[in-house]
Formats: sequence, C-alpha cells, structure tokens
Amino acid sequence: MIPMSWYLIFSAALFAIGLYGVMARRNAIAILMSVELLLNAVNINLVTFWRYRTPDRSVGLAWAVFVLAVAAAEAAVGLALIISVYRNRDSVIAEELDLLRN
Amino acid sequence: MFGLEFDQIFFVLIAAVTLGFSVLVVTMRNLFHAALALMVAFLGVAVTYVTLGAGFLAMAQLLVYIGAISILIIFGIMMTRRIMSAEEEPFNGQAGLAAFTAVIFFAFTTYVFINYWPAVPAVSPLAMAPEVDPAMIDNSVVLLGQAFVNPNAYVLPFEVASVMLLAALVGSVFIAKPRIQEAEA
Repeated sequence: MIPMSWYLIFSAALFAIGLYGVMARRNAIAILMSVELLLNAVNINLVTFWRYRTPDRSVGLAWAVFVLAVAAAEAAVGLALIISVYRNRDSVIAEELDLLRN
Repeated sequence: MFGLEFDQIFFVLIAAVTLGFSVLVVTMRNLFHAALALMVAFLGVAVTYVTLGAGFLAMAQLLVYIGAISILIIFGIMMTRRIMSAEEEPFNGQAGLAAFTAVIFFAFTTYVFINYWPAVPAVSPLAMAPEVDPAMIDNSVVLLGQAFVNPNAYVLPFEVASVMLLAALVGSVFIAKPRIQEAEA
C-alpha cells in the first residue's frame, strides 16, 4: 500500500521540474515540453484524489481526460505557432521574439 | 528491503525514473534527446496511473502523449532547428533564479500538505487507499463513459472539448500553412 502523500510529493516534484523548465529554457519548443510535464503532474494529482477520496465516482478521471484533450489541442496550436514564427523570424528562441517591445 | 513492501519499492523506482528523465528534459542541450527523454517520462506517468488503478487513463496517456504529442514535438524540432549541429546556450539569464523558485515551490508545497493538509480532521496525509471492491475500480470506466454523456454531469464540457479540438485542428492548419507569396516563391 502506498501512502497518498507519496503520490502528491511525486506530483509536486514533477511540477517543480516543469516549472523550472518553463522559466529557464530559451527554446520555445523546450518550453512547450516543460508545459507538458506540468500538465502530467496535475493529472497525477487528479487521479490520486480520485483513487483515495472518491473511487465510487469518476470525477477525477473525467477531469484528467479533459486535461488530456486540452493538452493535445495546446500542443498542436503551440507547435503551429512556433513553426509560423520560425518561418517569419528565423528563430525559436523566446528572448529574440521581441516584436512588441518598442 | 528497508521495510518497504513490493509496491512501495516499485513506486519509488518508477518515480525516480520519471523524475530523472524529467530533469533530463529540462536540462539537455540537444532538443531531440530531450524529446526522447520526455517520452520516457510520459511512460513513467502512465505506469503511475496503472499503480493507481486507472488503466484507461494509462492507455490514453500512451496513445495521446507518447503516440501523438511526442511525435508532434519531434516533428516541430526537426522543422525548426538544425539541432544536430547547432550548439546554443539552452538556458536564459534567469536559470539560477528559476531553479531557486522551483525548489522553493516544491519545499513549500510538500511542507503544507505534510503539516497542514488536509483541513478535514481525522484524515492523515499518510492515509492509504481506501479498501474498495476491485469491481468498483473496474467499473470506473463505465461510470466515466456514462458521466460524459449524462446531461447532469459532463455532457456540456464534453461537447465543448470536441469543438475545441476541431477549432485547434483548423487553427493550427491555418497558422502553420505557408502564405500564398511564399508558396509561389
């Protein structure tokens, strides 16, 4: 039997790693990959609470499936934007995309 | 071993593999290798779902994340950068601050839910999974499917999600499609 807190700590660690990636990476695709890690951490939390608190109802599972769908849409749109930006600006480095700065 | 049961050892192993490969995802210089590490991290999360009894979600994770999103990301990497040759600085100037923030976030979250959570008394964070009939876990997929088409449950978010996926599909095709002048040139 695994205590609930183990899953929560695991999920928090995964979230922290993804958070670091979002804040520290320069490449936009690397940032997108870190966002996927964040969404996975959230999903682990949802499934954990489903199993430990409301195994008789599918609330946690249902929202985990919605997160999955949103993640798929987000990846598709994000990569399309990155490819479009790369075509126009010849760069996917987030710091160099400063068109709106001045 | 160390007074742990088999499933606990298994969980610790899976968690270590997942976290290790996640660290590789955010630190590797070569983006293509980072994407491969991301696939292993997704697989570790899928195994975690299995240990929680959510087999359907583990399968969905395999199909959607490992099968689709990883491949999409790899395509994105291959279409944007000459990654095999280009060695560029992977981190921006705030990497140290970002690491500090992430560690603080993890420490604070862990501290809170070990000491203060849950607000409901008589439930410890060391609580084990409630003993339930295995048939209830098996039945959860049926409940999930019924909840998705039940007007009193999730039929509206379900339909909105389908429209959102369609919009994302059309939108990404429109955004990524070359402009007409470029196509002629």
